[in-house]
Amino acid sequence: MASPLLRALGSSASGRIALVSFAVVIAAVPLFNLLPPSGSALHLPDFYINVVGKWLCLAMLALAIDLIWGYCGILSLGHGAFFALGGYAMGMYLMRSIGDRGVYRDPVLPDFMVFLNWKELPWYWYGFDHFPFAFAMALLVPGALAFLFGWFAFRSRITGVYFSIISQAMTFALMLAFFRNEMGFGGNNGLTDFKDILGFPLAAKSTRIALYLASALALGGAYLMCRWIVRSKLGRVLVAIRDAESRVRFLGYSVTAYKLFAFTVSAMLAGLAGALYIPQVGIINPSEFSPAASIEAVIWVAVGGRGTLYGAIIGALAVNGAKTWLTSSAAELWPYLLGLLFIVVTLFLPRGLVGLASLVARRPPAGVPVLAGILKPERGGSD
Amino acid sequence: MRLVRGVLVLCAFLLGFGVRATNADPFADAVAALGADGFAARAAAVERLADLGDPRAVPVLRAMSEGQLLVRKADGALAIQDGTRAYDPVTNQTLVSFNPDDYETVRLNNRLRSTLRGALGRLVLFSPDPRERLEAAIGVFKTRSVENLPLLRKAIAAETDAEVLAQLRLSLAATQLLSDDRAERLAGIAGLAGAADVEVRAMLLQLAADGEPDAEVRRRAADAVAALDRRLATLRLVQNLIQGLSLGAVLLLAAMGLTITFGVMGVINMAYGEMVMIGAYATFVVQQLVREYALGLTELTPILAIPTAFVVAGALGIALERSVIRHLYGRPLETLLMTWGVSMILQQAVRSIFGATNREVASPSWMSGAIEIAGGITVTQNRIWIILFSLAVLAAVILATRLTRFGLYMRAVTQNRGMASAMGIRTGRIDALTFGLGSGIAGMAGVALSQIDNVSPNLGQAYIVDSFMVVVFGGVGNLYGTLLGAMSLGVINKFLEPYAGAVLGKILVLVAVILFIQRRPRGLFALKGRAAEV
Repeated sequence: MASPLLRALGSSASGRIALVSFAVVIAAVPLFNLLPPSGSALHLPDFYINVVGKWLCLAMLALAIDLIWGYCGILSLGHGAFFALGGYAMGMYLMRSIGDRGVYRDPVLPDFMVFLNWKELPWYWYGFDHFPFAFAMALLVPGALAFLFGWFAFRSRITGVYFSIISQAMTFALMLAFFRNEMGFGGNNGLTDFKDILGFPLAAKSTRIALYLASALALGGAYLMCRWIVRSKLGRVLVAIRDAESRVRFLGYSVTAYKLFAFTVSAMLAGLAGALYIPQVGIINPSEFSPAASIEAVIWVAVGGRGTLYGAIIGALAVNGAKTWLTSSAAELWPYLLGLLFIVVTLFLPRGLVGLASLVARRPPAGVPVLAGILKPERGGSD
Repeated sequence: MRLVRGVLVLCAFLLGFGVRATNADPFADAVAALGADGFAARAAAVERLADLGDPRAVPVLRAMSEGQLLVRKADGALAIQDGTRAYDPVTNQTLVSFNPDDYETVRLNNRLRSTLRGALGRLVLFSPDPRERLEAAIGVFKTRSVENLPLLRKAIAAETDAEVLAQLRLSLAATQLLSDDRAERLAGIAGLAGAADVEVRAMLLQLAADGEPDAEVRRRAADAVAALDRRLATLRLVQNLIQGLSLGAVLLLAAMGLTITFGVMGVINMAYGEMVMIGAYATFVVQQLVREYALGLTELTPILAIPTAFVVAGALGIALERSVIRHLYGRPLETLLMTWGVSMILQQAVRSIFGATNREVASPSWMSGAIEIAGGITVTQNRIWIILFSLAVLAAVILATRLTRFGLYMRAVTQNRGMASAMGIRTGRIDALTFGLGSGIAGMAGVALSQIDNVSPNLGQAYIVDSFMVVVFGGVGNLYGTLLGAMSLGVINKFLEPYAGAVLGKILVLVAVILFIQRRPRGLFALKGRAAEV
């Protein structure tokens, strides 16, 4: 491959190796599913296409969190809300495209609305029968919410743990809201029973592979975009805000605007991830808004190593891989392991798996050179 | 009773003369007439029986209204059939040679049924049991029949129990409203002046409507409705306030330890909710131990559980602080994530030990039940105890920080860690003890929560977001702020509930807190001066 492209993908050798091997694995999954005959030892069951596809979406969520946490020092414990909002936007499209094939055979109203005895579609469901509109909403609604929320929060200089708590309260409030049947989003049960997307049946293998590839491409695109952001001058300012917010402000930068930009972009990425995730799992319900879901996504980033972007992807894949494997073999052990992961990573691996790898290789950590914000005591400073 | 039996034997001899034979006992006589032919005659017999005011009539009339009173086809003799057993209505003696085929049920029609109901209600009004009398008085209030007026007056004259008397007066006034006599109706309106009841409101409203011929009565009834509405509104306000305060007390208990640890150490403890949960499970364990080994102490279970929960949760807190949290000082975001991990492990551990299902903690008798505060407001006892308990804990903590040496050190470390350390205060030890204190308070909150909520591994999760809101709202590290924050959030929540529903009310509160801190970010959580940037 040409070296400029590689340079665009990763600056350090370890990052480059990680990315290339990542791309190879991503491409290998559908190939091993399609090429070998189904009896062969090399054959990958269809199930894995779906599972890895989901992981890729979750990795995109982790990437979004890393963009603001690793590079801007904003720890959002409510990013699951943006993911879920994107998912709901896509779910609404999938719901509308069921048409009259639902249980109650109503050509317009989704089943749960018929069940609740609603007579007409609420106004906010209009337009969701068009895919482009729904897709745009999956990006714009999380973006708008993040802009509004961030504007309020950053303007008042709510930082650190306060921001974390407030963002957790936000997703908690949304969860409670979406549990209500009156909201018109299916309440407790959420949206499910999807039939097809853009006319292609969701159960078909070809659709699943297409969704998988779309997720992989979206993740790659998102990675390149984040890479471009953090390596631009703007990205440098973000890192500076992370490490010494007041100094950056005194130097004349509008800290609020920079943070708001990063937060909104990150929320839109999370929304995109949610929109791609939902057709692959086939259901969205308010539990996606739960604070636990959001904080779990944060730990993927911490496990992988924050402030590196690809670390977030590695972390998301590693943790979710372990979760899928362990919940099928020893489900009651998973909470212990996840809990331990939180403790071990924060105590011993502040730079995550990526940091561990570079430690083994006896090299300075990859990614942005300044990691002071992670290691430097953040309190008591009078700067 | 021997006389009655004799009379019955006599009756048997006088079969040919039928049931109209004269008896020495008017009760037996009236009972015998219940089997008479024709509904009107039976109704008259019921009335006569009720007028006697003999409590023995109650089971007979009850059996009759339930279709258990039988009459022998041959001679009109009566029997009560209760399941397979049959007995004589007057003597209560079992009839040995009872053949159901010889008997038929004493049939009822609707008019007779309502006569029976009224008669039973009147009879019970004079029952020796005040609870039965109260029930009867309520029954008379519900049925409201003008014929009951003399009876009610008689009952009021005879009544000694204050509660029953109040209900009887209410029933009398409500019944008076239906009277044809204008003066009676006016007296009824006056009698209902103190009531705060939705049903009374409906009755008065009916009187204020156009059906009432007298303008004066209409006007007075309308006035009474208006007064009642004001009273009801006040009552609702007071009830909401009390419920809000009790919710606030729970929040206060849950948030107090959080604000201490955060104020002193700058540590956000996400495992805090699990300390509460462990306190609740400690209560459960104490209860099981008491049941096993010291049954006599059952009433004292919560008292025993309070120190137990404090020690268990506090020790766990100290262990947690010394083993992991102290390595993360100065890195609040990492602490937050790490303690979340601890909370997951604790939850799962409790799930493994005690099972995932809810455990039941029984309230002792002195904490259960409800008490009535003036005018129909009831408050459950345990709510009041929780309000008192939370205030007591708050007072104890404030006193501890003001008066003890540990409190002095704690405040010194809060204000300036470096300087405190330079003055010879072992800040590490203070940190551990503070964390232990905060966790211990969480454990005590768990004891209180176990009395009003399900004890389950998820108990802590349900309160953690609310507790954080209280801390953020009231101001970090400020116990008075926590008190104010908890109480106002509790009250606001309860006042929103009727208009917006429980869930929407909670959402509105969360949004309000998020917006509120926009206005007061500094005053509420940023320390002033050099420490402004945490």
